[in-house]
Amino acid sequence: MTAPAFLQSADADTSYAPPKTTKGRVEVRGFGLTYDTADGATDAVSSVDLTVEPGEFVSIIGPSGCGKSTLLNALAGFLKPTRGVVTVDGEPITGPSADRGMIFQQYSLFPWKTVRENVEFGLKMKGMGRSERSRAARTLLGLAGLTPFENHYPDRLSGGMKQRVGIVRALATGPRILLLDEPFGALDAQTRLIMQQILTNMWQRLKISVLFVTHDLDEAIFLSDRIYVMTARPGEIKAEIAVPLPRPRLPAMTMSSEFLALRRGLMSLIREESLKAMGGELTADGLQGLAINLEGQDVFRAL
Amino acid sequence: MQTAAISSSRETPPPAARETTAPAAAPSPPRPAPLLRMARRHRGEIRAVLVGALSVAAFVLAWHLLTTYRVNIYVRFMNVPSPADVLESARTAFATATFFQHVAISCRRILYGFLLAAALAVPLGLLMGRFKLLSEIVFPVSEVLRPIPAIAWVPMAIMLWPTNEQSIVFITFLGSFFPILLNTLHGMATVDPVLVRAARCLGATETATFREVYLPATLPQIFTGLTVGMGVAWVSLIAAEMISGQFGIGYFTWEAYSLVQYSDIALGMLAIGVLGLASSWAIRLVGRLLMPWSAR
Ligand SMILES: Nc1ncnc2c1ncn2[C@@H]1O[C@H](COP(=O)(O)OP(=O)(O)OP(=O)(O)O)[C@@H](O)[C@H]1O
Ligand SMILES: [Mg+2]
Repeated sequence: MTAPAFLQSADADTSYAPPKTTKGRVEVRGFGLTYDTADGATDAVSSVDLTVEPGEFVSIIGPSGCGKSTLLNALAGFLKPTRGVVTVDGEPITGPSADRGMIFQQYSLFPWKTVRENVEFGLKMKGMGRSERSRAARTLLGLAGLTPFENHYPDRLSGGMKQRVGIVRALATGPRILLLDEPFGALDAQTRLIMQQILTNMWQRLKISVLFVTHDLDEAIFLSDRIYVMTARPGEIKAEIAVPLPRPRLPAMTMSSEFLALRRGLMSLIREESLKAMGGELTADGLQGLAINLEGQDVFRAL
Repeated sequence: MQTAAISSSRETPPPAARETTAPAAAPSPPRPAPLLRMARRHRGEIRAVLVGALSVAAFVLAWHLLTTYRVNIYVRFMNVPSPADVLESARTAFATATFFQHVAISCRRILYGFLLAAALAVPLGLLMGRFKLLSEIVFPVSEVLRPIPAIAWVPMAIMLWPTNEQSIVFITFLGSFFPILLNTLHGMATVDPVLVRAARCLGATETATFREVYLPATLPQIFTGLTVGMGVAWVSLIAAEMISGQFGIGYFTWEAYSLVQYSDIALGMLAIGVLGLASSWAIRLVGRLLMPWSAR
């Protein structure tokens, strides 16, 4: 498979080396979160236990509304757990920090900063000098093939480029953990594949722990060491599945029998939960029923 | 006088030069001459300028016809000065320093009143958007004061301030204060929370988030507020000058009416129009310099 040139030039001069991370262990025990809203409390997540070992790539899949974003926001430090504990390297999370980079599903580049200024942002917050951070940002942008766009404002970039810049920006500060919330959800299939390779490449290079939320089974299998499957809201961990596929993973592997077997297993797990998530009234049999031929009939009478 | 002459003589030649050289240069080289290419690239702008010039010309022509034939169809144009009358009175006015003194005084009042309003309303709006308590304290008072037109403050302002000059600046300030405050508040309320979170995840402190996210994200709205505020500042200033002034372009216009110098009325009005236009242009220019990302 032909990877983009910038992915293969792994031995390009890397004058910028983020601090070596030997840690980055995420531990979630008995995590539960209840939103207090005007019309009562909403249980978003009931009880989640999960672990991400240092340097591990872990995905979470689950039906819409099961609390994946809620969990990730708690890990980032934006939400306080209602129940349970969330720790990083043994320390409870008290608020957001550059130790835990986050990529949001919505594009989140600062529109008033150029691509390079966006990447520099975290370094600036760390108090790094102007010339030093500009050099670091250039190196990282070069690795991601974004050098030609360093002086562009984000509104001139494509969606894929924006997320690429977002990833580079989150990695620039050398976080121990990267949290990604359906980062490629809005991208087309081809761009998505390339982005997955870029992410894998960066992850291996930087040896950080990754927690990746997605609803795309292939994406989860292709990227992860382990996958957690969540139940419908209020979310719990339904299953934990190891992905023993060798690395480096190539797009051709998505056709292999191991891959397809994993996919089938995950598919049946997810399917039950997705049906539950859609109100509990839909069952597999009900879906079959939806397929009956109503052609030429008055729908209301048929129902 | 001098500035007007210089700017007008500097403005006119380029279009004329373009029109005369472009057709001559076009046939000889194989690819379009630079001037022609430039003309093509800026086609939209050139058209806008031409249409604008035509529309102004049509307005002046209509004015000319209505006044020279002293049209009287319910609206009476008998006493309205014609464009030629106004030109004549402009010539006499520009020859003396008095007219320019009036203009300068009005500009100074606008500058003081408007800058003061911006200097108070923008930070206040930013802080109110950030700190709920402050907003809860200030908002009720501002909601009560806001609907009062600045002109209604004239008697109160005269009582409040020791000099006439200060009360006029105060009224100008009041006029622009609320539009700037409200727009800044609105801008703060619509800052994308994802951008705030992104900044916090990248290690931004509370103050850094304010400076690096809230402020730039609100800037477009602030400038909307400044533009609106500038407009209201002129409205308030002219009204205040007409009622209680001794100087200023508003006073000049009102005095012209009292002295039955009708062409000076139109001259004063035109001067107000030009000054208002120039000041909103100035704000737009500053906005474009401060917000290069939204330049288009
Ligand atoms: N701020 C909030 N206030 C109240 N309820 C909320 C809030 N945010 C989320 N919820 C509810 O909590 C549940 C979980 O939401 P969450 O966004 O975590 O789901 P998700 O798994 O990320 O879904 P999706 O895959 O659609 O992004 C949902 O039922 C949602 O309606
Ligand atoms: Mg979500």
